[in-house]
Amino acid sequence: MLTDIILTLAGAFLVVIFSLIVAFFLLGVDRIVTARMQARIGPPLTQPFTDMRKLFTKENVVPANAIPWLFNLAPVVALASAITILLYIPIGGFPPVLSGGGDLILVMYLLTLPALALVAGGFSSGSPYATVGAQREMVTMIAYEFPLAVVIIAIAWKLAVSGVPLPFMLMSIQANPVWGLVGPLGIIGILILFFVLLIVTPAELSRIPFDTPEAETELAGGVLVEYSGKNLALFTLTQGVKTVVMASLMVALFIPYRLSALVPAPAILQPVLDLLFYLILVVLVAFVAVSLIRVSMARFRINQVVSVYWIYLSLIGIAGLLLVMADHFIGVV
Amino acid sequence: MKLTKSFNRSLWVFHLNTGSCNGCEIEIVATICPRYDPERFGIKLVGSPKHADVLLVTGPVTKKMAAKVRRVYEQVPDPKLVMCIGTCGQSGGVFYDSYNLDGPIDQVLPVDVYVPGCPPRPEAIVYGVVKALEKLERLEAAQ
Ligand code: SF4
Repeated sequence: MLTDIILTLAGAFLVVIFSLIVAFFLLGVDRIVTARMQARIGPPLTQPFTDMRKLFTKENVVPANAIPWLFNLAPVVALASAITILLYIPIGGFPPVLSGGGDLILVMYLLTLPALALVAGGFSSGSPYATVGAQREMVTMIAYEFPLAVVIIAIAWKLAVSGVPLPFMLMSIQANPVWGLVGPLGIIGILILFFVLLIVTPAELSRIPFDTPEAETELAGGVLVEYSGKNLALFTLTQGVKTVVMASLMVALFIPYRLSALVPAPAILQPVLDLLFYLILVVLVAFVAVSLIRVSMARFRINQVVSVYWIYLSLIGIAGLLLVMADHFIGVV
Repeated sequence: MKLTKSFNRSLWVFHLNTGSCNGCEIEIVATICPRYDPERFGIKLVGSPKHADVLLVTGPVTKKMAAKVRRVYEQVPDPKLVMCIGTCGQSGGVFYDSYNLDGPIDQVLPVDVYVPGCPPRPEAIVYGVVKALEKLERLEAAQ
């Protein structure tokens, strides 16, 4: 019992360190790749880390009409909850640290927590810009929740009808890649679902084209407008960790393969190989979902965000779900 | 407030127009375009004075703007730097004998770096940034 607790604590500690390093790495890669796509040279890879160190040395301004405790608490809650999600997601070849308790439904609930903290921080900073930003953040959250649910339910349903026990557990999803369970029709369906999740990610991270809550040009930074110094640093870090979370979630749901199963390697090297393979996948997924979409598109208006998610993306997602179901029932007949 | 190396390597810039003719704005935008790419040195434009390290002031400070300029300056968290872009801000420039000026800028704010020109070329603005970095390094060594 005691060793269990100590092991879990050590695992959690490792995940925290690991997620922060990967978060900085992904933020840096994003900035370099974006710069290269715009024919620029771009900042060094360590730029996000430098920014963070600078922000921690700066003054922390609390506006006069803010609610100080909520204003200072929100960034901490946001970062903590973002890291907590990673404890429930398998990383590389390793099972999740809290593998006993959590499944995809819990991950979905936890995913809303950093956004809610951001909304609370926005409302508590007592600035009209931040209030408008916080309202937009809530609307965006409501908008992308449905397509996200469709994707998760489609995959869990497929696992359930294929006779996999506990279909919502990430471990069973990782043990039974969905691609192997479906026919050609289902593969098209799953590709569509993957696409939907790729488009949900920028909204989850409030990046262009769905960065309406932050909207530098019209809202001057939106929810974050009043944040400075270490609070701003914590929110930026939260965004990095959330990028890791979303990319890991996509890898766990759709590309749950392990390199060690394909390439023969000595037993000691296997975790290293798995981890490297996972990192490459995460960088690739983050590149497509964050950098590529960000560079190639302009920002949507807030009402467009809602119709993109509720009408178009939901319909596309449901089409994917129907394809997976049709594939299953044709297979049964 | 302590100055550090990471501060020099990550200057976030807030641009404030105090009544300029928009010529300097266009040159500032030209400076952040891919040709000069100041993001190489960690410089980026931000939308809120609360996020900024450098206040980039253009224009001669009209009477209506003076109070707002002071307020924006106070909103920038310490440590901070003020750069004055354009001849307007240094002497009034083409508006020097206007009845409507409270400026030039150094009557209102403590300025660290002046970039002359009407408007200054992007190269001049980049040179101004280099001067600002030199000043920061001097201050850092002195503390
Ligand atoms: S310095 Fe010249 S270009 Fe710049 S704002 Fe003044 S008048 Fe316009």
